[in-house]
Amino acid sequence: MTAATDTMPPGFGELDAEDRHQAELPPVMPIAIVTLALIVSGGVLVAAQYGRPPHLTVPTMLLGAAALLLVTNAVLLTRIREFAWPVFFRVYGWALLAYLVIAGILEYVFIYDHTPSHLLALFSAMLLLFALDVPLMLGYSVARWQPVDAT
Amino acid sequence: MTDTAVDTAVDTAGTHVAEPGAGPPPGAGGQGPPPVPNFNIVPVRALPVVAAVLIGLIVAIATNSLWALTFFHVAGGGLWTSLDLFLGLVLGPIMGSMSIPSRIEFSTRFMPKMLLIMPTLVAMTLGAGFQLARHVGNLEASYPHHGWLVASMVIVGVMSVIALGLLEPANLAVLFELKKPHPNGERIGRLMKVFIYTAGITGLLQVATIVIMTFLASR
Repeated sequence: MTAATDTMPPGFGELDAEDRHQAELPPVMPIAIVTLALIVSGGVLVAAQYGRPPHLTVPTMLLGAAALLLVTNAVLLTRIREFAWPVFFRVYGWALLAYLVIAGILEYVFIYDHTPSHLLALFSAMLLLFALDVPLMLGYSVARWQPVDAT
Repeated sequence: MTDTAVDTAVDTAGTHVAEPGAGPPPGAGGQGPPPVPNFNIVPVRALPVVAAVLIGLIVAIATNSLWALTFFHVAGGGLWTSLDLFLGLVLGPIMGSMSIPSRIEFSTRFMPKMLLIMPTLVAMTLGAGFQLARHVGNLEASYPHHGWLVASMVIVGVMSVIALGLLEPANLAVLFELKKPHPNGERIGRLMKVFIYTAGITGLLQVATIVIMTFLASR
């Protein structure tokens, strides 16, 4: 890019305290993305078998792995000493509300369609993990770039 | 600061950053950081519209109306695809050529709206799409083109992970960065790149979904 209009004003875009703090943070985002991928894969596997007796072993294993990763991520998060926790919880709370609504709509569809109880239980567990994992990603991705004392 | 410095700070973000303390602190002379207009991260006035769309979606599912389900699925999918492609292929390059203050002003007006529009369109498309496929029997394993439908589910799954794991977090992080007294331009540039590129990738994946959907609809 060579346009003269791209000139950066002094003091804008320097390495700041939040940049230097990144190396100390655990790999929360990659773990959360893998968790989401496992949940979505399980959902696709179950949905692909619609209308015939489903094989639930693999989706259940994916769900278990996703749950394990989510718990691991939560533990990693709690071990961060210097973090913008008020910002994290503010974003997490609102995102949780939004994604519970989305998960609720999907749950409603499954109940409305008279989904068999064992499938409904699996889908419900997937939706719960989904509704917990996405807000975690959003809260963390905002709070990681905020000053520790940010409210 | 020269154009080269701008390239270093914004366009090759993540590979080369200024030394800590190099240059004056924000507002310590010179031009200082560009002004950031006041804005709301979540455009509260648009929430009733989102609520109305979601209620409409629930009614469409509850009544199993073929027209309503088709409307929500096609309208949502069309808008989602168009927006993604427009962002990645048209708006992205334009934003890349804008001045930093212009990019900031544009982002403060544009990104909050995207925070509501994209999840609403995704919910419309996927919610109505699943119910529509079930209603017309396309979801059944006995459906002759079931493999194509599963392929579209896989593509949608990949898109969901990209959108929720990369696009939305970048969108939110940009908005919160812009709310700081001294926003970090290099970081905003890096996050905006993630946002624009992932929007473009999901747009291209959407085209693949549309190819499959139109194929199935024409059988």
